[in-house]
Amino acid sequence: MKPVILWSDALIFLLVISLTLFFWRLRRDPQTRERWAEVFSSRLGMVAFTVIAAYIMVALLDSLHFRRALENPENLATEEVFYDNKVTSVFDVLTGGMGERFERTYSAPFALLSFEKENIKDADGRDIRDFPPLRHAGQHLSHPDERAADILGKSVRALLWGLLLCALVITPQWLLLRGSRFPWLASWTTQAVILCSAVWMVSLSRHYHILGTDQGGADVLFQSLKGIRTGVLLGTLATLIMLPIAVTLGVMAGYFKGWVDDVVQYLYTTLSSIPGILLIAASVLLFQVYIDLNPDFFAVGMEKADAKFIALCFILGVTSWSTLCRLIRAETLKISQLGYVQAAHAFGVSHSRILGRHVLPNVVHIILITFVLDFSALVLAEAVLSYIGVGVDPSMGSWGNMINGARSELSREPTIWWTLTGAFFFMFVLVLAANLFSDLVRDAFDPRTSLRRASA
Amino acid sequence: MFAYIVRRLIYAIPILVGVNLLTFTLFFVVNSPDDMAASQLGDKYVTPEAIENWKQKNGYDKPLFLNPDAAGVAQLTDTIFFDKSVRLFAFDFGRSESGRDITTDVATRMWPSLAVALPTFLVGIGVNICVALMVVMFRGTRLDRGAVFVFVALMSISYLFYIIGGQFLVAKTWRLVPISGFHTEGQVWKFLILPVLVGVVAGIGAGARWYRTLFLEEANQDYVRTARAKGCSELSILFRHILPNALIPILTGVVVLIPSLFMGSLLIESFFGIPGLGSYMLDAINSQDFAIVRSMVFIGSILYIIGLLLTDISYTWADPRVRLS
Repeated sequence: MKPVILWSDALIFLLVISLTLFFWRLRRDPQTRERWAEVFSSRLGMVAFTVIAAYIMVALLDSLHFRRALENPENLATEEVFYDNKVTSVFDVLTGGMGERFERTYSAPFALLSFEKENIKDADGRDIRDFPPLRHAGQHLSHPDERAADILGKSVRALLWGLLLCALVITPQWLLLRGSRFPWLASWTTQAVILCSAVWMVSLSRHYHILGTDQGGADVLFQSLKGIRTGVLLGTLATLIMLPIAVTLGVMAGYFKGWVDDVVQYLYTTLSSIPGILLIAASVLLFQVYIDLNPDFFAVGMEKADAKFIALCFILGVTSWSTLCRLIRAETLKISQLGYVQAAHAFGVSHSRILGRHVLPNVVHIILITFVLDFSALVLAEAVLSYIGVGVDPSMGSWGNMINGARSELSREPTIWWTLTGAFFFMFVLVLAANLFSDLVRDAFDPRTSLRRASA
Repeated sequence: MFAYIVRRLIYAIPILVGVNLLTFTLFFVVNSPDDMAASQLGDKYVTPEAIENWKQKNGYDKPLFLNPDAAGVAQLTDTIFFDKSVRLFAFDFGRSESGRDITTDVATRMWPSLAVALPTFLVGIGVNICVALMVVMFRGTRLDRGAVFVFVALMSISYLFYIIGGQFLVAKTWRLVPISGFHTEGQVWKFLILPVLVGVVAGIGAGARWYRTLFLEEANQDYVRTARAKGCSELSILFRHILPNALIPILTGVVVLIPSLFMGSLLIESFFGIPGLGSYMLDAINSQDFAIVRSMVFIGSILYIIGLLLTDISYTWADPRVRLS
């Protein structure tokens, strides 16, 4: 086994580590702690956070890539080990090879037969035209009628295993967090639901295609799960790239005023006057032309897809900093009029020190709110961009690519609904959780809303 | 007032120049005309002559900014920058890579876009305000909290889902209207009703939630309490007091969008086969026709700037305290 570190893997782990450190440092600040406590003291906040955490966990597991060592079939006498050209992730292994069971073409959820008729031979060896049996579904059944009972039996068994796993995961939490003032019960219930359904999916997918297969015969459930990494990474990395630009320019414009302010204002007005989608499309297309003309940059196909993905995050970040910049500029303008900043000036504190110690900490809440708000918007945008043809690489699983590939399938008879359902469902759950969480974060951190509630 | 408008228009010039420079850098400096020719001609091993021919045909065979071979003013005008970017200011969009006149294309395709976007916009605002007012009437109750949750859930659904779902349900299952297409004469409404419906429904979540916050902000003001103390009915408070006062923040968000209605919606138009500017842009992006993309960027920026100007003017109309100077 040989680990492979893609650029996006490195970035996402860097992001997680720095966020952890950031929050670790924030713990010392009693005000911030009080606000986070407010977010987590609602059951809704706990549930939404647990769901988001589960998605992030899947994305992280799916970001641990490696290449399998190939067995040496020709018994060559070299010590050299050859590696598979395909990049596998830890998540692929954990799902028990869900993504390696391909069919020939479409098949419905839990189906035993393929969706399209083919020429096959019947028991007597004659050529007939019928639905061929699937290669990886219901092989263990002796008769198709046993299917319902078999699914039920396997589900019950999976649920029992799931409950055992829940007990293992939740009991230590319960022992540690008994009597805490936060509604942990809500989180535990969500965890139990997620764990049980995960166990159910993995164990049933060994015998059936839970969400059917798509045109290429790939398992739809597995593709939907792979879409999680793309969605989560895009939502976080694009904002991460935007933050330094927006914060630096916004704070400088609001603090120094004068010509700096004029230049920054001019920059963001110009940028925001260009229709966003056109700017993104144009930039992505230009990058595409560049990659197509220089194909030798990347060794593995996945690296090329990854480079395109990073470029997409970069473009989304660079084209969307104007809103945050405007907000931060306005806030900094207000802050730099306040007494403590004036006092710092009078004491002769340097500009950089005032900015770092007095201004920046007071705009953190805006950054935080924008970060959470933008996340869901970016996840939704990914689907639209893929539809326009400027999204992530088709070889990289994403909800947008799934929807794009399946949008004409609804007009078939009988309807192929499972691909769209899978993609939309997993996207909806993530975006809903993020939206609910961002509402709570905004309520807790936005001084305007918290003031209003205090006075009411 | 007039002086103000003129000054704002003059301020718009540097912004448009900036937009132009930015698109020019993107399209010609980051990607040289040679790269573009290679990708337009299709294959990896294009001969240099073919590239030269293509550049000659499309007028990319000039220097970027400064032509040292020409004399006098022509040093500046006989360049790609002047040909492709400065001309945009005179609304001379030139020809697309496939040879069609962009100006006529834009002029004819603008109207179908508007035919879909304007009803969506107006009906959407009406529906959103009504829903938000209804929710505000029940503020603080369980109904209000439930409605906010529904709004957030509606917001979390992908726009593509609304379109695909609408087409599937209304056009395919119920067979009420055609799935897609457009006609200029006869029963135009038949083709318009579904795109408009989808656009309105897709906007309810975010829209109604936003209006609700605006109305709530007003509902906590002192004048509302006074009105209630005077014995005004809840309905008259809502419509005579809260609604007019919430108009100013509504205008900020809404008026700026009006000129952009001409641009249409990329997704709606391509799914419903409406020959507007949205699908025009999408086709241009898909066929990598950069001449069209460039022109559309320019038109979009102009419309946005007009929108900002309209916003300011609408303030004076809605709020007599605001004087433009």
